[in-house]
Amino acid sequence: MNLMLPDSGLLFWMTIIFVIVFLILAKFGFPVITGMVEKRTRRIDEALSAARKAEDAIAHLSQEQERIIAETKAQQAAILQEAAAERERIIASAQNQAREEAGRIVEEARQRINEEKEAALKDARKELALISLAVADKVLRKELSDDKAQKELVDRLVDEVV
Amino acid sequence: MRKLLVILMTFISSLTLKAEEINVSEILFGHIGDSYGWHITEWNGRHVIIPLPCIVKSSSGWHFFMSSRIGHGREYEGLFIAEDGRYADKIVERGPDGELVRPFDISITKNVASLMFSSILLVVLVLLSARWYRRHEAVDEAPEGIAAAMEPLIMMVNDDLIKDNVGPDYRKYAPYLLTVFFFILLNNLLGIVPFFPGGANVTGNIAVTMVLALCTFVAVNVFGNRHYWKEILWPDVPMFLKFPIPIMQIIELFGLIAKPFSLMVRLFANILAGHAMILGLVSVIFVTVNLGPVINGSMTVVTMLFGVFMDCLELLVAFIQAYVFTMLSAVFIGMSRQSEHG
Repeated sequence: MNLMLPDSGLLFWMTIIFVIVFLILAKFGFPVITGMVEKRTRRIDEALSAARKAEDAIAHLSQEQERIIAETKAQQAAILQEAAAERERIIASAQNQAREEAGRIVEEARQRINEEKEAALKDARKELALISLAVADKVLRKELSDDKAQKELVDRLVDEVV
Repeated sequence: MRKLLVILMTFISSLTLKAEEINVSEILFGHIGDSYGWHITEWNGRHVIIPLPCIVKSSSGWHFFMSSRIGHGREYEGLFIAEDGRYADKIVERGPDGELVRPFDISITKNVASLMFSSILLVVLVLLSARWYRRHEAVDEAPEGIAAAMEPLIMMVNDDLIKDNVGPDYRKYAPYLLTVFFFILLNNLLGIVPFFPGGANVTGNIAVTMVLALCTFVAVNVFGNRHYWKEILWPDVPMFLKFPIPIMQIIELFGLIAKPFSLMVRLFANILAGHAMILGLVSVIFVTVNLGPVINGSMTVVTMLFGVFMDCLELLVAFIQAYVFTMLSAVFIGMSRQSEHG
């Protein structure tokens, strides 16, 4: 028994069979399977990294959202504050204006009253002068109705002048 | 369970009691070695043998005939099977001086037929799984059927054995190493199957393992890079070790040959030993027939228990040897692809 001696016929067939099997499997068999599985592995990796990225993006988005809400709130508060201040200012200025207007009107009225008063006083004085003249005229006429009285007057007047 | 064993025992005993004196070594070597016909069983005292084609080129030209034409002392066109001597159990012809001459013989022997069967099975298995990947979008679906069974095994070999050991350009070698793995595994497993399509001792034949080892040798040395050859022909050792007497070169060359040689012998010896062990154990049943029913019966039980154990062990060995052959091939290829600073 020569188990350790390779038989030439079997060597021949083994070489042919193995080479054929290898060529078939290397061309149509294993690369198809390993290629597909590798493709799948890659796809899974990609999907995982995409999911991770999406997660990050979502976290980022919610952060952004919070930031925007906070900003909006702050803005709102600022606007409200500004509006309140504006209102105060408008009210104050309106009050001022009203006060000024009222002052001006009162002043004008007072002036008018003064003027009226002056005019009235002037008129009254004129009237009074006329009345006094008339009274004086009447008094004079009555006093100087006789000669004696006229003489006396002239004397007094001369006395006064001298 | 015990009842079953008893029934089995008596059945086997009744069968074997009729047996003649048997020649264990003949049975053993008959099963381990190669033959021109495929002996399946013995039925009613007649051998059931599948005849296989014989292709022989003798001194009188080519001969094609079925193996049933030859053997048991019969002669066909001057060819016959030698009973003993240097060419025992091989087709020979008689030379001009009366001595036996071995003609050029590429017959489809039992091992060749088994190789063809297992190769067709392997190709069908792998192509069927590959077909699933062609027809389906593997990215969206999980494989089914054969593909589902083959994928984990293929990817285990591809990722753990090939990718890790060969290195960055493993893609070039992956188909070869995968073919080697599945070729060895399938033939190992078929060798354990005790009835017809299996049972041949294919991977336990040195011619088969020699071709496999030579393929690895070619893959290692033909595609080895400059650094690999420099390490062999001009290694980094003191000058007196490599010139004028090339001691290191001789050692390296021995290593070069020892690697595929160890691959060849390891696979061959492991599978051969497994077959021999199981056959030897089974033969114990028949050998002890003459020692009486008690010894024969108890030995049958013991032998069967051992046989079950050995078969389980052989299943493991079938896988381990395929794994080891592939892994070492990958390691050797990886060593030949190492870069200067790798």
